[in-house]
Amino acid sequence: MSAAEDVVTEAPAVEAVPKRAMTLGTGTSLLVLAALLIMPVFVKNFIIFQMTMLLIYGLAVLALNILTGGSGQFSLGQSAFYAVGAYTTAVLMEHFNVNYALTLPIAGVVCFAFGFLFGQPALRLSGVYLALATFALATAMPQLLKLNFLEHWTGGVQGLVVTKPDAPFGLPMSQDMWLYYFTLVVVIAIYIFSVNLLRSRSGRAFMAIRDNEIAASAMGVDVALYKTLAFGVSAAVTGVAGSLGAIAVQFVAPDSYTITLAISLFLGMVVGGVGWLPGSIVGAAFIIFVPNIAEGISKGLSGAVFGVLLFLVIYLVPHGARQVAILGQQFAGKLRKN
Amino acid sequence: MLAVTGKLAAASLALALIAASASTASAQKKYDTGATDTEIKIGNIMPYSGPASAYGVIGRTEAAYFKKINEEGGVNGRKINFISYDDGYSPPKTVEQARKLVESDEVLLIFNSLGTPPNSAIHKYMNSKKVPQLFVATGATKWNDPKNFPWTMGWQPNYQSETQIYAKWLLKNKPDAKIAVLYQNDDYGKDYLKGLKDGLGAKAASMIVIEESYETSEPTIDNHIVKLKSTGADVFMNITTPKFAAQAIKKNAEIGWKPLHFLNNVSASVGSVIRPAGFENAQDIISADYLKDVADPEWANDPGMKGFLEFMAKYFPEGDKLAHESIVGYGVAQTLVQVLKQCGDDLTRENVMKQAANLKDFRTEVLLPGIQINTSPTDFAPISQLRLERFKGEKWDLFGDVISADVGG
Repeated sequence: MSAAEDVVTEAPAVEAVPKRAMTLGTGTSLLVLAALLIMPVFVKNFIIFQMTMLLIYGLAVLALNILTGGSGQFSLGQSAFYAVGAYTTAVLMEHFNVNYALTLPIAGVVCFAFGFLFGQPALRLSGVYLALATFALATAMPQLLKLNFLEHWTGGVQGLVVTKPDAPFGLPMSQDMWLYYFTLVVVIAIYIFSVNLLRSRSGRAFMAIRDNEIAASAMGVDVALYKTLAFGVSAAVTGVAGSLGAIAVQFVAPDSYTITLAISLFLGMVVGGVGWLPGSIVGAAFIIFVPNIAEGISKGLSGAVFGVLLFLVIYLVPHGARQVAILGQQFAGKLRKN
Repeated sequence: MLAVTGKLAAASLALALIAASASTASAQKKYDTGATDTEIKIGNIMPYSGPASAYGVIGRTEAAYFKKINEEGGVNGRKINFISYDDGYSPPKTVEQARKLVESDEVLLIFNSLGTPPNSAIHKYMNSKKVPQLFVATGATKWNDPKNFPWTMGWQPNYQSETQIYAKWLLKNKPDAKIAVLYQNDDYGKDYLKGLKDGLGAKAASMIVIEESYETSEPTIDNHIVKLKSTGADVFMNITTPKFAAQAIKKNAEIGWKPLHFLNNVSASVGSVIRPAGFENAQDIISADYLKDVADPEWANDPGMKGFLEFMAKYFPEGDKLAHESIVGYGVAQTLVQVLKQCGDDLTRENVMKQAANLKDFRTEVLLPGIQINTSPTDFAPISQLRLERFKGEKWDLFGDVISADVGG
């Protein structure tokens, strides 16, 4: 590596992950899928609701993983895309009586456009500077939602109440269970799409940009196009997660989509393992359940306890759930040899 | 077989007799989820973390108060099991915690959950589940809507009723006033403004000369004050939160604007607003209140205040006894205990709401003299009275009678 190149390209902030290592083996995938399918039959509605939220946050973390793990760009602004998706669904459902299922693709398209447009100026920035720009987006979003001229649609600070859909065709299912399966189908579809995207030509282009921009452009990759495309796809998936979130929670308000959400999603990605798609669900579990555990340990110091737990995770398994999975695989391999 | 049935019949007859004799002694015991012979489970959701964590003191005061009640034998012999969760003031988290309380912990009711957005998020859920969302800790007017939301009730005077009281006073004492309004651009500010306009009625358009709003993100509101002064208004309606209220009082003095200054109750704290703004700048400001101020020497020998201070010393010594939140938590917890007492042995959710809507002239001794808590099946606003007060020297002086204003949501 020449000195000149050192100056031009910084050391990649995201470790290069080979595309095969981004997914689970078929056997494990089917096992996880079966568990997700059967589980709701045995638990209370509240747990089903929590599982739905787990899938939804998992989807949002997955979206960030495509952006950061795939194309190597940082974003602290995912909460803004999530909010746009949630509000699109809420406004369409409550003001225009659009069916909830139809609002998801609309939210996806709206967010794709939003993300793609945001990706244009973001092209000039990289690394921490890009993170800062997206951070600004996340901070601005709750205030934008409170704007007076939007208030007629968004309900201002009061937010909007969303009606929860019943199970269709008279299925003997609670609203929570129906929504869980609905979410599960959407999440699986998007997961398969993401895996295929990253294995496709576009995915290879993303990864080439992540690993070395100059080399990628030398190979003929349109760096500008693929960078903005990654932003668009990530925003679209986040938007769909936001839509599902709005339906599950039955309420949208500016206070729901603050910078805290963006940081949580970022945290989920790191804990799950950057660039490892199945880790998204593990990361989502971390951001949903660990604060509850922390609160159980100490109410006054829940934030500090959460910090300590996070620190332990980062210190012991710096590559997150992916590292645990690899260790498990090696262990299983050893057992088989013996 | 016959013998067995005979025995069973005898046993059931005996049981029936016992039950009958028991029911003559006391009303029949009826329970919903969350209540038993020995325990009443109460849920609560507070922002212990996050931007609004200062309000967490309310939840901690309540926990301490229920501990006191339990040590003294509980309510009608039942201990209160107070389960309080953190939502960080984030509505989706509030929904999760509310569902956890209702479906997993199986509480009888959710009590004093804090904040307008978090409570809005669970409003529909609580009412469709028919679980009481009792005495919510927000002043929004929409909680007083028994027809559409019969399972939700507020506690503190709502924002609209406070400005209605100012409007009533103005119409009577200063009918030719030119009013300049400064309000925070959110639900709280708008609720206050609506109360003022409703209270002034037809004269609102002619009396209000300017409505100026500010955003919480603005570092200072000095420019707004200058603009208000330039309109030549002689009444200043100051609908701002503590930090901005202190700035406004200070700026008024700096630029020599001396209108009749109304300061909303939200910012009537001597410690966090008036003292930082300077006592000399705050003379003759008018406000309204319903609770006694711990810092006010007038209540030094007041039995109600003494009871509160003893409670704080014994059960919540680490808490700040001067904090407004502590005294609110104490007062609202006392109100809940009164409701549970009235419920007797009929601890169903329906009866809890029935009794909460059946408070007659109830007083917790931290309320200002003359203020009473009254509810009815059509009035879900427990405290709808306030007393006007004027700042003199280093404290608020009450003046005039108790004024009522009932506003529905």
